[in-house]
Amino acid sequence: RNTELPEHLKCYKGVWVFIEHDRGHVHQVSWELMGEARKLADKLGVDVSGVLMGGPGETLDAFAKEAYFYGADHCYIMRDPVLKGYRNEPFTKGLTDLVNKYQPEILLLGATTMGRDLAGSVATTLGTGLTADCTELAIDGRALAATRPTFGGSLLCTIMTLAYRPQMATVRPRVMRMPRRDETRTGDIVEMALGMVETDIVTKLLSFIPDAERNDINLAYADIIVSGGKGLKTAGNFKLVWELAKVLGAEVGATRAAVQAGWAENERQVGQTGKTVRPRLYIAAGISGAIQHRVGMEGSDVIVAINTDANAPIFDVAHYGIVGNAMQVLPVLTQAFRTHLAKRIRKVA
Amino acid sequence: MHIVVCIKQVPDSAQIRVHPVANTIMRQGVPAIVNPYDLFALEEALRLKDQFGGRVTVLCMGPPQAEEALRKCVSFGATDAILVTDRAFAGADTLATSYALAAAIRKIGQEQAVDLVFTGKQTIDGDTAQVGPGIAKRLGMSLLTYVSRIVKVDLDGRRIQVERRAEGGVQLLDTTLPSLITMLEGTNEMRFATMDDMLRAGRCPVKRWNKDDAGIEDVSKIGLKGSPTVVSKVFGPTPRSEKADMMVVADTSPNDVCLNLLQKIFTAQPTLEQETVERLSA
Ligand SMILES: Cc1cc2nc3c(=O)[nH]c(=O)nc-3n(C[C@H](O)[C@H](O)[C@H](O)COP(=O)(O)OP(=O)(O)OC[C@H]3O[C@@H](n4cnc5c(N)ncnc54)[C@H](O)[C@@H]3O)c2cc1C
Ligand SMILES: Cc1cc2nc3c(=O)[nH]c(=O)nc-3n(C[C@H](O)[C@H](O)[C@H](O)COP(=O)(O)OP(=O)(O)OC[C@H]3O[C@@H](n4cnc5c(N)ncnc54)[C@H](O)[C@@H]3O)c2cc1C
Repeated sequence: RNTELPEHLKCYKGVWVFIEHDRGHVHQVSWELMGEARKLADKLGVDVSGVLMGGPGETLDAFAKEAYFYGADHCYIMRDPVLKGYRNEPFTKGLTDLVNKYQPEILLLGATTMGRDLAGSVATTLGTGLTADCTELAIDGRALAATRPTFGGSLLCTIMTLAYRPQMATVRPRVMRMPRRDETRTGDIVEMALGMVETDIVTKLLSFIPDAERNDINLAYADIIVSGGKGLKTAGNFKLVWELAKVLGAEVGATRAAVQAGWAENERQVGQTGKTVRPRLYIAAGISGAIQHRVGMEGSDVIVAINTDANAPIFDVAHYGIVGNAMQVLPVLTQAFRTHLAKRIRKVA
Repeated sequence: MHIVVCIKQVPDSAQIRVHPVANTIMRQGVPAIVNPYDLFALEEALRLKDQFGGRVTVLCMGPPQAEEALRKCVSFGATDAILVTDRAFAGADTLATSYALAAAIRKIGQEQAVDLVFTGKQTIDGDTAQVGPGIAKRLGMSLLTYVSRIVKVDLDGRRIQVERRAEGGVQLLDTTLPSLITMLEGTNEMRFATMDDMLRAGRCPVKRWNKDDAGIEDVSKIGLKGSPTVVSKVFGPTPRSEKADMMVVADTSPNDVCLNLLQKIFTAQPTLEQETVERLSA
């Protein structure tokens, strides 16, 4: 089994981030990846590049500028009418061609419905290794060490692509921290043509139906999340979570057990099979802290846990722990925040 | 219509335990099941078979005991079952897996052309969602991932229309057959096995293909040898070093605990208080 990098692949240099954008907005996961790319590249002593693909009417140059602010040195831009709206075929060809021509050693993509679709395809056309849903990226020797949870999050494993290039990895939104934005940074642009026409492409994008409703639940990017678990015991008690969230202008999250009990929508599930969140404040009420839940929220800045059991594993990740009955604590906490914030709001007004 | 559904046999993750000291998976006694996500693919394929007639072939790469998973699929109504099994496939990552499965599908197609290939969205063990796109690229099929609904199939015109879940919305896509679909979970409900199909499943000859039967041309592309990814280490999560600041309600009044907590939160996150006030005032 070959674990040595062949001579002809040693010229692959630099770290790339595929910048995902849709209807005028870059997906924040791309900037989170840019921050990671910068760290990896500095370790390796190489440059960071962003890859932007889109239609002629799209503001790719503005996105490139943003990419420099977040750490990119260069941007590869591919503009073509067939790249308006994501479709697998033209994006796979475009990204494959760019990689073959400019030869990066590392290529990172967001683990979104677009990123996973594209990454799985491009890794196959390039015949290289792809590590999914990484939670940590590091350099070991000169190679990418990509760590991801395995077996339901109970273990972690580090995966490396030693004898192939580029080394590819996807990362879920919110797993990595947003990098600092530095508006003094600039970079340059390399343009490349796609070389495909509409009639080459068998798949047609007939329409896009945005889901207005779903967007209301923006758990992944919420600043404050109040989450409830099975310890709340009834749907009626779960309303206490909603009340605290309302007072804080927060989103409501839930454990899988609470979602399965029907107390909260699927979209609110936090954890390995739900959303990864990284709020400034995460309040966990009646949540045991199973590993599958923890992997989705342990990156939060401040974690508060309310649990009757002083030995609940949630206290291992919490910064502040309240040993007590959530049904008793939540209303009191809600009232405390309400009074405190009302005073501040009055001052503002 | 001829449909191939790829299914993987996986350990029932709800019952997986990790050895607390050695950090190894304790596989003993963990039941193996059909990857739950694959059942949505199978049900969708069976619905198309009900509508258009034809065959649904279930395909699995795995050890000999994966035959049981294939029989389960036959009991739900799949027409035939093929197990691709050979020691040479051991240790495959997603690139090597898609190579082997694509070869087998090509072989299946020699007997009767394949119109559609289905996979699940992802598995519950490897959990990468990479095998479906890999197969599609290798077979040159149009790729339709995260499909939430099949809108229509025009067998004579060789076209298919689907709704695909994308970020922040749904894409309506129209493409040519043959295509590969990765089916989104929760999009349908698996039917009950009929008595007839259960009996048939017991008798059904699950075909066993080794690497030659599966039409593998390049043995350097399968198994561990054909896998670019290398698992360099497996370890347990590191517990956080700092301990939580604990407050016990029983020791004092809930009101004191909450006021104390509030002060601590806003001291630890000074800008959070201001931002919350601004958000609430807006
Ligand atoms: C493959 C797989 C994937 C999974 N994915 C996820 C996932 O994405 N997200 C997820 O959350 N889970 C997931 N799970 C489930 C996970 O293992 C746990 O079962 C789940 O998180 C437990 O939810 P819980 O904490 O609400 O309930 P429980 O574990 O039942 O905990 C309830 C807690 O409430 C406490 N309590 C009881 N009464 C009170 C009270 N009056 N006041 C305060 N506290 C009280 C108890 O002490 C206990 O700690 C997954 C499991 C598997 C196998
Ligand atoms: C914990 C763990 C982590 C791993 N991480 C990686 C990684 O990051 N990168 C990597 O390249 N490999 C990885 N592997 C190896 C990978 O799981 C195997 O290659 C596996 O054969 C297929 O990948 P998957 O389980 O992720 O399938 P997915 O790509 O998630 O499966 C998608 C669909 O493909 C079909 N399918 C998948 N496998 C088979 C099969 N054997 N037979 C029939 N149909 C199938 C099913 O329909 C399934 O729903 C990992 C394995 C484990 C156990």
